Amino acid sequence: MTDNALLSGSVSSLRQQLRDRAVSSEELTRACLERIEAYNGALNAVITLCSEQALDSAREADKAIAKGDIASLTGIPLLHKDIFCTNGVRTTCGSRMLEQFVPAYDATVVTKMRAEGAVMLGKCNMDEFAMGSSNETSFFGAVRNPWDLNCVPGGSSGGSAAALAAGMAPLVTGTDTGGSIRQPASLCGVTGLKPTYGRVSRLGIIAFASSLDQAGPMARTAEDCAIALTAMSGIDAGDSTSADIPVPDFHAGLHHDVQGLRIGLPREYFNEDLDPDVRERVIAALSVLEQAGATLVDIELPHSHYAIATYYVIAPAEASANLARYDGVRFGYRCEEPIDLEDLYLRSRSEGFGEEVQRRILVGTYALSAGFYDAYFNKAQQVRRVITEDFTRAFESVDVIAGPSAPGVAFQFGAKQQDPVAMYMEDIYTLAVNLAGLPGLSTPAGLINGMPVGLQLIGKPFDEQTILNAAHRLQSDTDWHMARPQLETVTP
Amino acid sequence: MSWETVMGLEVHLQLATQSKIFSGSATAFGAAPNEQADAVDLGMPGMLPVLNEEAVRYAVKFGLGIGARIGERSVFDRKNYFYPDLPKGYQVSQFFAPIVCEGVFEVPLEDGSLFPIRITRAHLEEDAGKSVHDAFSRETGIDLNRAGTPLLEIVTEPDFRSAEQAVAYLKALHSLVTYLGISDGNMAEGSMRCDINISLREKGSDALGTRTEIKNVNSFRFVERAIHSEYERQADILDGGGSIIQETRLYDAEQNVTRSMRSKEVANDYRYFPEPDLLPIVIDAEYIEAVRATLPELPGAKRARFTADYGLNDYDAALLVPHHALADYFEAVVAAGGAAKPAANWILGDFTAALNRNEIDITASPISAAQLAGLIARIEDGTLSSKLAKQVFDGLWAGEGDADQIIEARGLKQVSDTGALESMVEAVIADNPDQVSQYLAADEAKQKKLSGFFVGQIMKASKGQANPQMVNELLLKKLKDQS
Repeated sequence: MTDNALLSGSVSSLRQQLRDRAVSSEELTRACLERIEAYNGALNAVITLCSEQALDSAREADKAIAKGDIASLTGIPLLHKDIFCTNGVRTTCGSRMLEQFVPAYDATVVTKMRAEGAVMLGKCNMDEFAMGSSNETSFFGAVRNPWDLNCVPGGSSGGSAAALAAGMAPLVTGTDTGGSIRQPASLCGVTGLKPTYGRVSRLGIIAFASSLDQAGPMARTAEDCAIALTAMSGIDAGDSTSADIPVPDFHAGLHHDVQGLRIGLPREYFNEDLDPDVRERVIAALSVLEQAGATLVDIELPHSHYAIATYYVIAPAEASANLARYDGVRFGYRCEEPIDLEDLYLRSRSEGFGEEVQRRILVGTYALSAGFYDAYFNKAQQVRRVITEDFTRAFESVDVIAGPSAPGVAFQFGAKQQDPVAMYMEDIYTLAVNLAGLPGLSTPAGLINGMPVGLQLIGKPFDEQTILNAAHRLQSDTDWHMARPQLETVTP
Repeated sequence: MSWETVMGLEVHLQLATQSKIFSGSATAFGAAPNEQADAVDLGMPGMLPVLNEEAVRYAVKFGLGIGARIGERSVFDRKNYFYPDLPKGYQVSQFFAPIVCEGVFEVPLEDGSLFPIRITRAHLEEDAGKSVHDAFSRETGIDLNRAGTPLLEIVTEPDFRSAEQAVAYLKALHSLVTYLGISDGNMAEGSMRCDINISLREKGSDALGTRTEIKNVNSFRFVERAIHSEYERQADILDGGGSIIQETRLYDAEQNVTRSMRSKEVANDYRYFPEPDLLPIVIDAEYIEAVRATLPELPGAKRARFTADYGLNDYDAALLVPHHALADYFEAVVAAGGAAKPAANWILGDFTAALNRNEIDITASPISAAQLAGLIARIEDGTLSSKLAKQVFDGLWAGEGDADQIIEARGLKQVSDTGALESMVEAVIADNPDQVSQYLAADEAKQKKLSGFFVGQIMKASKGQANPQMVNELLLKKLKDQS
């Protein structure tokens, strides 16, 4: 077995090989670590690598496999977005503020993945505090897209998506507050799932916008996402907003049958603003499902155009409070020689936070200020309900809603950095899904000029199964998800 | 100018839950700094609050205790401000929808009458930590043990017109919450802290003047003194034609003055918004009834029962009831056969004095209720004079056994034997001929006074054991016989 075969293998196939003892977890882990060491210099996808710890875990996994003690992810290497707190392993959230922060606890997702036998390789780069759509806001430098090193990988889970696409790990985690799993999945040609709000515990995930944040898996296939989602999900007594809803075995529930599946195409997503090439790819992918027996239905989400404005009030408002704890007093960055308390606050935060994070704190603080609360925050909350009702109504006549995951393919570094609003438009098709708390998935739908584009499938609350099934069928009938960047031409 | 004081009070009541409102840390008082602060209390990245149901139950108990409306759906909000002892940079509180809504609290005044105070609301919130400024030379220490301790903030309408009313309210509140078992009410440890909103207006006016807020006053006595002191300050300003600045002030007990806090504190914009990490608290009728079923008899009902069932006056009832253990002790004395009125007198008099003198709580009383009942029975049946009874009480306090044993051992039985008393009376008359002639020469009013001398001599001769009433009768008769 060549390393390349290993490095492009899906979780489900690697799982089988591990069980068949065709490969050991140690070999697999070593191959991933070598791959990271070879290409991370070019990609900057990983902030912290835990080689020794990973090899120890891999050997443990091999022992467990030898004893037949096999859980759903035993021996599978995994990279976590650096927003998940990891006990004893520094967790930076892509920020100077937490450059030296080593938590004394694990996020529930980390605990659950470990309990399922996954081997943590390290922590992935990301936009600072998950604020960004290009991974350019990271204090640790931008991540490069393995399909074109001059392009961004998307964000904020850009390091995760790039690492996955580059074969550094068969499975990565991300978080999605406004599109941060689906948009980079689209730009890096991988499958990424944002579960229903409440499906996965937020405990131990560094908060950006609490009412919108949701963790999810990114993998090579929908099937792998189903395996990982089952492992990650479930109510957590430590997160009051985690849902008390049974978690099905999404992998066991996976099937190919889309006969009679009603897929809604919102007019507002397929309007004249949609890039024609993206439209063509997305429609082509949907036609595959139509040929497999699904029906495509035009629907309306009449308030979609308010999603960006609504999101950019609520998310910064929540963030402005969530990020208040980084004050230089107890942990995190502290400025040199503060002259008094105010100086400590001002300089620690000015020096510790990057520009985009400061912008959002300011916007959020403003939106909550006396005299503006009703006009901004309160109004945004009302519009959020209206947007949610749009989806509820649409789901009365369809089972899945489909659209693009992002307005285009990966763009070049700096292309949108001077224009925050243009950057915010990257999430135009994904934000509303977070506002409504729905599950959404991005699956590859081919290439435009050699760069990947994604199809987004949106499901009813807690019906991740249906969108996983539709993506699974698409991936059975096409090989877009198998396309891999030709990294070997890159000088490591 | 004649000024009327108008006040509303905000009380921060620490709820006596085992653990904090949003974390599993203990709430016990007095631990070493930061020993009772976990990752949630420290506001560590990724940590989330989980609501302690006990705090909700306590808040509902309070609401039911004052007959207030319970919010069906109350919501936590974030109150944003930076301070080193506020770890998250926001305090989780309830701003828009509190758990306890409007109610009326009947406050008993000293004369036994009731004074209604309108409660605006009471809401749950977490306490902040403590900044320690005197432990290090050039740095401030932060102790987060208190951070996350559950508080119930109880807000009244501006219904108070005097310091006495304010203190009566606080005492009644203290009594209520200790009856409910939702707080230890320990003011010295900060379990009950009071903010006073106070303004003055011309007597007879309906308009409200500009108010100041005196923060964090932590004893009944300080509340009273802070109000008087702030009244004087405001009255001086207004009398001089000045105007009051709306501001937050602190009471300095040593100087007995209020001082302005930094104006920055007042200018805070707290930017409240709903706390997205917590779900709304939904309380249905079933929950309310289940909590109601656990309520004990409350002070108001107990006062009414004590006057109706035991024939106590309002004054005694108002003194016995506030301290739950004292009221229980009284009922135990009566149940053990002690007559109610003397029981109340003994408990509120010598017994309370002895407890105070020895600085012990009633629950650690060396005299059992049955023993005190035994003492009262011996007074009622004439065995003991009140003077002897005090000696027996001292014996009880010293642990010398029950009343009868002490009477026996100390030989304190009251002498009521007519023959014995007669000879004592005769002896005193015989020994004091001068006083007898003075007595006989005096008018009736003067005679009364002079008879005390003879009674005193007789009591002395009997070592206090003579029945004073009988002595008196016999003496008057014998003196009359002398004339």
